[in-house]
Amino acid sequence: MYSEVNLQIKISFPRVVIFLVIAIVAAAALALNSGAADIPVLQSFADIWHGEQSLGATILGQIRIPRLLLAMIVGATLGMAGAAMQGLLRNPLADPGVLGVTSGAAFGAVCVLYFGAAATAWYWLPSAAIIGALLSLVLVYFLAGLHSSMLALILAGVAMSAITGALIAVALNFAPSLYAMQEIVFWLMGSLANRHWDHVVIALPLAIIGWLLMLSRSRFLDALSLGEESAGSLGFNTHRERGILLFGIAIGVGACVAVSGSIGFIGLIVPHLLRPFVGYRPGRLMFASALGGALLLVLADILVRQFDSARELKLGVVTSLLGGPFFLLLILKTRSRWA
Amino acid sequence: MMTTTLSAQQVSFVRDGNTILDNATLTLSSGELVGLIGPNGAGKSSLLRMMAGLQRPDSGQIYLSSKSHPRTLLNDFSGRERAQILAYLPQQETPAWPLHVEHLVGLGRAPWHKPMSGKSNRDKQAIERALEITELQSLRHRIVTSLSGGELQRTLLARVFAGEPQIILADEPIAALDPYHQLHMMELLAEHTQQGGSVLAALHDLSLAARFCSRLVLLHHGKIVADGQPIDVLTTQNLEQVYGISAYVDCRDDGVVIIPRKRVV
Repeated sequence: MYSEVNLQIKISFPRVVIFLVIAIVAAAALALNSGAADIPVLQSFADIWHGEQSLGATILGQIRIPRLLLAMIVGATLGMAGAAMQGLLRNPLADPGVLGVTSGAAFGAVCVLYFGAAATAWYWLPSAAIIGALLSLVLVYFLAGLHSSMLALILAGVAMSAITGALIAVALNFAPSLYAMQEIVFWLMGSLANRHWDHVVIALPLAIIGWLLMLSRSRFLDALSLGEESAGSLGFNTHRERGILLFGIAIGVGACVAVSGSIGFIGLIVPHLLRPFVGYRPGRLMFASALGGALLLVLADILVRQFDSARELKLGVVTSLLGGPFFLLLILKTRSRWA
Repeated sequence: MMTTTLSAQQVSFVRDGNTILDNATLTLSSGELVGLIGPNGAGKSSLLRMMAGLQRPDSGQIYLSSKSHPRTLLNDFSGRERAQILAYLPQQETPAWPLHVEHLVGLGRAPWHKPMSGKSNRDKQAIERALEITELQSLRHRIVTSLSGGELQRTLLARVFAGEPQIILADEPIAALDPYHQLHMMELLAEHTQQGGSVLAALHDLSLAARFCSRLVLLHHGKIVADGQPIDVLTTQNLEQVYGISAYVDCRDDGVVIIPRKRVV
């Protein structure tokens, strides 16, 4: 819980949004310019426009643009889902994975990798991850009871995460080959390398559904600042609203994990960073966090590509490596505010 | 303001084998400031939560009657319709985030919001009015977590007023406040009833309850044991039987004064 006087930054909401959008555009330009091959980006754009088959056009159109779009989609979804979860739990330490959704998605994907189905068709992996995410949410609800308190849901989520985590360990333990094990471990680290338009096509519609479901509940999250009882007395059906919000989180995060593996810390840090800029209002924070998440992940993905080595540095590793200490710093700086 | 009545009819509620409410019947009419009194655990909070529509009783009904809805079951109202008529102020509501005072007060407008639209003029006016009557205009840009207990409670009441409800159900609105702020809160609630609204408030301060309330309802082990004018409810006999205290009760021109003296064992 917050106490004492808090950091408040006086800046209007439209300005925050404009600033973030400008930053995203700049980061996107930088992202299109970075990569192993040295291509003339503007010329390549012109080639794509004129339908010419140049090397630049292929790299830009088939590799860099889908990768950039995925970074934006995944970052935005994780940022928004983090803000939604923190608002829902009324706790700034929550992240999208609290209710076992992330680990459920990861487990679904690991199953596919384990049985080697991932190699047969590209869509197996994403589908399994999304099913895993939704299934774990359903199980959490089933475990906790449909009209349960938030605390019961969290406990069930923690149990669910532990179980799926253990099952992933089992899959690693009995991995059919070292190669399969490596594939699972690398996938779990999270990356946006070697993704193509198919991934965008599967992630985007689901992410959009998730965004709309989450954003449509922003008034509920605002009211929830006062507590569940008060939100109920203000006319919100808390169980229904919560269900819709969690479904949105599950579908969005499931789609993200499906295409990128698990990328940590974005959902935790971004809302935390942006909260003072939106007057701590949970509804607005969701939208701002989506933009902030997209920005941060595009930047992190640029950083990943600066290390030109045979073994790619995984995106999820970078976000955790940077996110962990940064989060620690933030806590140290603001700890006097926490009662 | 049209007349609105909220009534609980033979409401019973059992939790984990404990009878929380036992056949409680209570009606709250326009213009009334009713104090709900009784010792800890008597069922005051449960009764308020049921009358607010947040908890269904095991048996019995709760009716809400207004001009447009003559004697309708509270459950038949949509959450939004109900919230436009009836507001609930829980005990010790703590804001989760350090919001601005005016933003927190604005949350009270939730029952009136239309989907996909911003604040209407009516929203703004209602928020302004709520800030004005609670004398919070100078604090509007303050952060709620930096307010004193009295200021915070007034902000939460302003949130209730911003929703322009006719009925206010308040659970111990003056607990943990200093006498100045207690009086201020009670005056604000009384003002609401003078304008035709009605208030049902769970209270522990019997003297203040007697001074401000037009009616007192005494709960004991989930049963309503007395319902009437303060002077008739706060008898030494009732205080001894329900609260287990021997008290000095003095009826004066400006109200009843109650001074608890010792426990009765």
